[in-house]
Amino acid sequence: MASIGGGLALEELLAEVPQGRAPRGSRRLRFRPWRAFVMLVAGAYFLLPIYAGLKFSLQDINGRFSFEAFQSLPSAPGFSAAFGLSMRLAVATLVVSTLLMVPTTIYVHLRLPRMRRVMEFITILPIVIPPIVIIAGVLPAAPLWAKSSPYLLSFLYVILAMPFNYRSLDAGLSAIDLKTLVEASRSLGGNWFMTLLRVILPNLRAALLSAMVLTIALVLGEFTMASLDLWSTIPVWITQFNTGANGHVQTAASMLGLVGTWLFLTIIVSIDRSESRRSRRKAGAL
Amino acid sequence: MTQVNEALKDESLPRQRAEVGSRVELDKLVRVYGSVRALDGFSLTIEPGEFIALLGPSGCGKTTVLRQLAGFEQLDSGRVLVNGHDISHVSPQKRDMGMVFQSYSLFPNMNALNNVAFGLRMRHHHSGERLKKAAEVLEMVGLSDQTKKYPHQMSGGQQQRVALARALAIEPQVLLLDEPLSALDAKVRAELRDQIRLLQKRLAITTIFVTHDQEEALSMADRVCVMSKGRIEQTATPGVLYRQPSTAFVAQFVGVSSRVPSHLSNREVEIFGQRCAVRGDEDLTGLVEVDAILRPEDLAISADPSGIGFVTHKSFLGATTRLVVQVGETLVRVDVRSDDGEELAFGAHVNIKVIARDVLVAPRVALETR
Repeated sequence: MASIGGGLALEELLAEVPQGRAPRGSRRLRFRPWRAFVMLVAGAYFLLPIYAGLKFSLQDINGRFSFEAFQSLPSAPGFSAAFGLSMRLAVATLVVSTLLMVPTTIYVHLRLPRMRRVMEFITILPIVIPPIVIIAGVLPAAPLWAKSSPYLLSFLYVILAMPFNYRSLDAGLSAIDLKTLVEASRSLGGNWFMTLLRVILPNLRAALLSAMVLTIALVLGEFTMASLDLWSTIPVWITQFNTGANGHVQTAASMLGLVGTWLFLTIIVSIDRSESRRSRRKAGAL
Repeated sequence: MTQVNEALKDESLPRQRAEVGSRVELDKLVRVYGSVRALDGFSLTIEPGEFIALLGPSGCGKTTVLRQLAGFEQLDSGRVLVNGHDISHVSPQKRDMGMVFQSYSLFPNMNALNNVAFGLRMRHHHSGERLKKAAEVLEMVGLSDQTKKYPHQMSGGQQQRVALARALAIEPQVLLLDEPLSALDAKVRAELRDQIRLLQKRLAITTIFVTHDQEEALSMADRVCVMSKGRIEQTATPGVLYRQPSTAFVAQFVGVSSRVPSHLSNREVEIFGQRCAVRGDEDLTGLVEVDAILRPEDLAISADPSGIGFVTHKSFLGATTRLVVQVGETLVRVDVRSDDGEELAFGAHVNIKVIARDVLVAPRVALETR
């Protein structure tokens, strides 16, 4: 009998490793009418408005199929600037939010575990306090140089995104044995930066992605703060733009905003996947 | 012969620090958590290449000692010296200590090879050099065919061997093992125990092993340090620790023993009507009512219908059978040859005789706490 390390028989070792796939019967989802009904209702709830919006944006004022609304978007006054601003704000918010929340959440998990309840409470506040209250409080207090920059909005969006960011990261960190991994890395000679870069962040990928996607979706859809701060982001532009075309162009812009969010999501997921593939190839080549 | 044992014989594999290990001195370590003194003036010297086990019940401070050595916690007072250098205030990444954790702690995003190579990467070894070295160390622990596997694709025993390889790859001054076997099943645990000991012997690396399992400590270590309440009760070789425990705590914690109420006079106690000398030179002034601490092999038993006790329980242990005999309100454990044990049925009346030259005594404790 073949023997691997320590005299453990090959068969015994193989028995310890999860083998193959489960029997097909246990993997296949059985059709259940109630499950199908729930899926249908939920699907309709999410997809019907998108379908309606898409259909409306693909019609001209006479109700005929047309790309006119989409074609007129780039030349619509203020659209390009609003689209560019929304994208820049999304990126800035993403950067600030990640730089702030990732180290904070890791620090709380490692050094202040008793503060997790407090953090949960603090990070839920932006959901309880309406955005209009936040912006109404910030604008009179902010210095002129800050008010004159659209990037003030980014910092406010960081606050708005905090509930989603913290929860995603908190769940991700709870899923790994963070303390032991950090101690293992440090005992092997890794400093804090290398530990973060090589050990923590790669194991936090899914949570980070989730936090990023939620942040982007929030920024591209936020209206109240941008409107009161007098910056024309996509949502603000949609409400202010008047073409006399019965809202076809505005709906097309909304659809484009949706596509923009998906685009961001696709880019982030693609980067993650290609990085994973690269790591696997590298490992396989060793 | 196992693959790992064959690998250990292979002279072409690296013999890290084979010349000599590092000397570790722990000098009056004190660590206080709130009102609890986890370490209370703990002092211990570990000789180069020595394998020492810290043994004690949960909360006795053994893991705290290891974490102080690794630099994961700050001392309230005391010093940690390695080869005469005070490293008490050196950060963990600069202490040059390899640590194996109870929970494997492999990096889930890396395969076995990259896990082992991680420490070398942190030490800025060239890619080719570190991968070659990592492969060699994996071969040494018998996992040369598992290099591309990720932690979730390996069994607990394999993961712990990778963790051991990872700690050894950096050629640490000291190897710290924090209950590395406690999460494994009995068979794998026994095998890994032998492998760790073989590797440690071969590499001559100073090793500190934390465990609450006395069998592990006694079978693996050159010396065992028994701890209680942040202090050392006794540090000795396994044989001395078992045969000559210096305190009642050690006698009770290491091996099996029974406490028999006795009267003390002139450094002698009366046990089952027999006078026995008291072991050691402990000051017993003022003590009269004591408990004699008796190992199962300190006693002999014989069937006697008018005997002082009767058999209440029998455990077959292979060559020997352990009998529990009730004498009055006291339960006494006695080992007999299994052939002789068969003759003694449950409820059989017996006489007990002390065959040890001397016995250890301790202040009497209430019956229910024995």
